[in-house]
Amino acid sequence: MLELIRQPWHWAFAGVLIGLTVPTLLLIGNKSFGISSSLRHICAACLPANIPFFKYDWKKEAWNLFFVFGVLLGGFIATNFLSNPNPIVVNPATVQDLKALGITDFNHLMPQDLFSVENIFTIKGLIFFVIGGFMVGFGTRYAGGCTSGHAIMGISNLQVPSIIATCCFMIGGFMMTNFFLPLIFKLF
Amino acid sequence: MKNTQIEHPIECEAPNEQVKSESFTSNLKYAIVGTIFGIVFVKAEIISWFRIQEMFRLQSFFMYGVIGTAVVVGMILVFLIKKLNIKTLDGEKVVLHDKTFNKGQIYGGLIFGLGWAITGACPGPLFAQIGSGFLAVFVTFLSALAGTWTYGYLRNKLPH
Repeated sequence: MLELIRQPWHWAFAGVLIGLTVPTLLLIGNKSFGISSSLRHICAACLPANIPFFKYDWKKEAWNLFFVFGVLLGGFIATNFLSNPNPIVVNPATVQDLKALGITDFNHLMPQDLFSVENIFTIKGLIFFVIGGFMVGFGTRYAGGCTSGHAIMGISNLQVPSIIATCCFMIGGFMMTNFFLPLIFKLF
Repeated sequence: MKNTQIEHPIECEAPNEQVKSESFTSNLKYAIVGTIFGIVFVKAEIISWFRIQEMFRLQSFFMYGVIGTAVVVGMILVFLIKKLNIKTLDGEKVVLHDKTFNKGQIYGGLIFGLGWAITGACPGPLFAQIGSGFLAVFVTFLSALAGTWTYGYLRNKLPH
């Protein structure tokens, strides 16, 4: 059994479990699924700075913070107790493309060439952590949701604005991966 | 139980609609759902930067399969909840919100998409990556908070 759990899970199994999160949250406590709002609640709790957007009763929305704490804990449990002993399998075409960009580590979920602590204070860190993270936080809030709030919850509830937002997420991702990333990697 | 109108922070995509207030212990159930969610993220390797690269290079069906399946399952069950008027555990009516279109979904969506392909993470996987021990991602998280805060600060000046 543990052997089976340790293997990478099939996309359909993961998809079903993620999809089930939507009705689960609705039925256990009338909560609409959405993760990026946790970032807003943390801003509202820590540094509201009299900004109207952060002046609300964040404690009433605390469930979202419990949820993301769970996600963090789940990441810890899966990595430390249920992890796959073998390196991640990446599509050979992707490996080839990324090798051409200068990525050398294909053994971890995140390439050590980019996502290592040593890179924090380098130009790589500035782009992949600081600027990338800023765009994720700014963009999701500007769009009013992320992959969970728009793509999964919003489309599950047949919301046209969520379909538009999801299309824009994808367009942004395609542009970055295929046009900007090759230019960015020239910096290193 | 009759539902009263609940006031919300403006445009929260994941509002708490439960009338009955919840204690710390009651909130723990969301942490449990979150934990399962985080385990799925890691075990299906959704938190991997490589999976996001494969997706945006159209070199793997994996992420499309995950998101597509999740949407179909969510859609069917949300439909059933509405159709059969299924109540929450506390007997309340399930409240779903219609979203209104604004240009933020386009501009913000594009900005998030660009950032998603760099970091390999949307906000959910960000937490799971940190939990998995990729400590550098904590910087990404802090920066995402700064981005959210900056949006709040500039909100009135941005086109919507």
